[in-house]
Amino acid sequence: MTDSAQSSLAETRDVAKPDLKTKVAKRLKSRHAAELRFRAYGILAVSVAVLFLGILLERIIHQGYTAFVTHSITTEVYLDPNRIDPADIMGANYDQMITEQVMAKMGVAEDEYGTTSGEYKEILSPDLGFKALEALRDNPKLLGQKISLTSPIAANADLYYKGEITRDIVEADRNVSDQQMVWMDALKTKGLVTSHFNTYLFTNTDSTQPELAGLLGAIMGSAMMLLVTAVLAIPIGVGAALFLEEFAPKNRWTALIEVNINNLAAVPSIVYGLLGLAVFINWLGMPRSSPLVGGVVLALMALPTVIIATRSSLRAVPPSIREAALGIGASKTQAVFHHVLPLAMPGIMTGTIISLAHALGETAPLLMIGMISFVPGLPESVTSAASVLPVQIFIWENASERAFHERTAAAIIVLLVFMILMNLAAILLRRRFERRW
Amino acid sequence: MKLYTRPLYAPDTSIGKPRDPSMTTSATTPKFVARDVKVYYGDKPALHGIDIDILDKSVTAFIGPSGCGKSTFLRCLNRMNDTIPSARVEGTILLDGEDLNDRKVDPVVLRARVGMVFQKPNPFPKTIYENVAYGPKIHGLATSKEEMDHIVESSLKKASLWNEVSDRLHQQGTGLSGGQQQRLVIARAIAVGPEVILMDEPCSALDPIATAKIEELIDELRQQFCIVIVTHSMAQAARVSQKTAFFHLGNLVEVGNTEDIFTNPKDQRTQDYITGRFG
Ligand SMILES: Nc1ncnc2c1ncn2[C@@H]1O[C@H](COP(=O)(O)OP(=O)(O)OP(=O)(O)O)[C@@H](O)[C@H]1O
Ligand SMILES: [Mg+2]
Repeated sequence: MTDSAQSSLAETRDVAKPDLKTKVAKRLKSRHAAELRFRAYGILAVSVAVLFLGILLERIIHQGYTAFVTHSITTEVYLDPNRIDPADIMGANYDQMITEQVMAKMGVAEDEYGTTSGEYKEILSPDLGFKALEALRDNPKLLGQKISLTSPIAANADLYYKGEITRDIVEADRNVSDQQMVWMDALKTKGLVTSHFNTYLFTNTDSTQPELAGLLGAIMGSAMMLLVTAVLAIPIGVGAALFLEEFAPKNRWTALIEVNINNLAAVPSIVYGLLGLAVFINWLGMPRSSPLVGGVVLALMALPTVIIATRSSLRAVPPSIREAALGIGASKTQAVFHHVLPLAMPGIMTGTIISLAHALGETAPLLMIGMISFVPGLPESVTSAASVLPVQIFIWENASERAFHERTAAAIIVLLVFMILMNLAAILLRRRFERRW
Repeated sequence: MKLYTRPLYAPDTSIGKPRDPSMTTSATTPKFVARDVKVYYGDKPALHGIDIDILDKSVTAFIGPSGCGKSTFLRCLNRMNDTIPSARVEGTILLDGEDLNDRKVDPVVLRARVGMVFQKPNPFPKTIYENVAYGPKIHGLATSKEEMDHIVESSLKKASLWNEVSDRLHQQGTGLSGGQQQRLVIARAIAVGPEVILMDEPCSALDPIATAKIEELIDELRQQFCIVIVTHSMAQAARVSQKTAFFHLGNLVEVGNTEDIFTNPKDQRTQDYITGRFG
């Protein structure tokens, strides 16, 4: 520091000294006030966010938790040789046969037109008939014997048992008649109907019958799609980010690419759906509504986020580590792959998992590529038609039966649980692998 | 000023020959011969033409006010400036008579020969063993585990760190104290078997005791290596170095035997600097 600079600094200090204290004191009050105000804003903002989150979760859980419990009927079924032709076991009316047997057991008399059994059939489930047929098909020797069958009860009956449909509602406005309610009460007291955790929700695929509809198909579809997304987005995204951040020259072209990647991250997801429809389905002829196309579209969507997350975690690795490696003669590639990438890994994994969780919940682009069809079975491969969780929610929400709405909320809860698990995994991975220097 | 900004000799005739009378007194030969080295960061010149011979098996200290280009020149000696996209180096630097900046010279090989220790200790966030073994591993210097163990041990011994860490080789290198970390980094540089060790303010983050240890170490290493050290401490330069070079505003003002520089500087600016008149 030169002499003149020193003396000028001393001058300014002298001028400032006399009223410095009063000046600071004057400002102190407004400074404290500003601090308090800012804190109040902060608490207010957090409270509002927590409140809305609470309302959201309360609504979903309130609507959905009942779907995790369901009622099943267990009954002995006599595979009556008089009603089943051994040569044509498919031709028999199992539903009618089983209904009549249950009615007989419960002491309900059939009328001459068969309307009573028709009404009684509504509170049972067609699944009993399917099960009987299946049992017989597996083992034709069962004909003439008694077997015990368990099936989910009809959706409306389930709603009645859960108290969602009550006698308070005018009879004409509900799907269950007073007579059926009496029968159902009898079934319950006789012990034929039991309530239990709704495993069907996880072991069954989609169905037109709400009581039989489950999420297994959608979960499998989502898993396959996410696999495709991960397999494409992670290596490409991390590779692109590595190249851009560590190897590419910093010039106008890379700057242009960087701007474009940032812009792509902000493109509405439905646009990716349109792209997928135009390019992958119409042009490349990939199968519609398949996890493959869905996964490719979501991979495109997730790429910018993966690239941005990877680049920022690469940037967070201190340059001294690179210098250390280069300084003892590591090549650029060695420095990056031996030191920089491992250190950036926790950040990369976190960013990637969060962008995959995002992709898991994405709906709009999947609707564009035709992933909205009713798919009753499990997807066999990534190229077969499949349903995925968010779309399943969308489909069920649009169904007319009330029982589906309950399941919609349940499906939302399942989706949320998957997302929470993924985010948790991200946090745990970060904790586990984070290194300090 | 002109005297210092232009080469004193035409580059081709002076290469490899001692150019300063004070240097002829040394029995050792120059390891580096730099002529008219200019460095630009973008359009901004940082070095205006440096001419210097750096002797083997001795310690050369670079001193000078902040921003004068000491680090920049040091980084020319193992081409670390290559890693800065905006940096451009002109002029010739010979290492054992071979031009460093020749296109045939692989910077990776060069940096194995010319190791570097940085201002802030920067061990890898790995174990002590892995830190030292990394260089030999990538250069394929050890064919067996025993050989590697031997390299690690002897490097740590040369860096006088062995006694302190021999029982915890497999603990994190980042868990050591600052002074130990700096010696670990030196051991890491030694493990590759370099001929030259460049040190950029290696003690600026250390307390006096750790500094004393490093200085002792430097004095020992001088028997085997050519050492160049940048320092802000006149006392340190006086203690550890045989030659001192004074940089100012991108110029090499004066270079000579450390004793001469500190007792009898030829240039007014050198005198002002070492007596603390500016800086
Ligand atoms: N990466 C860079 N980009 C642009 N300019 C740089 C860069 N590195 C150094 N410079 C400039 O080059 C000049 C010399 O810097 P250098 O780091 O060599 O100084 P120094 O002598 O090592 O200083 P100090 O003692 O503070 O470390 C300075 O003016 C500095 O601003
Ligand atoms: Mg420096």
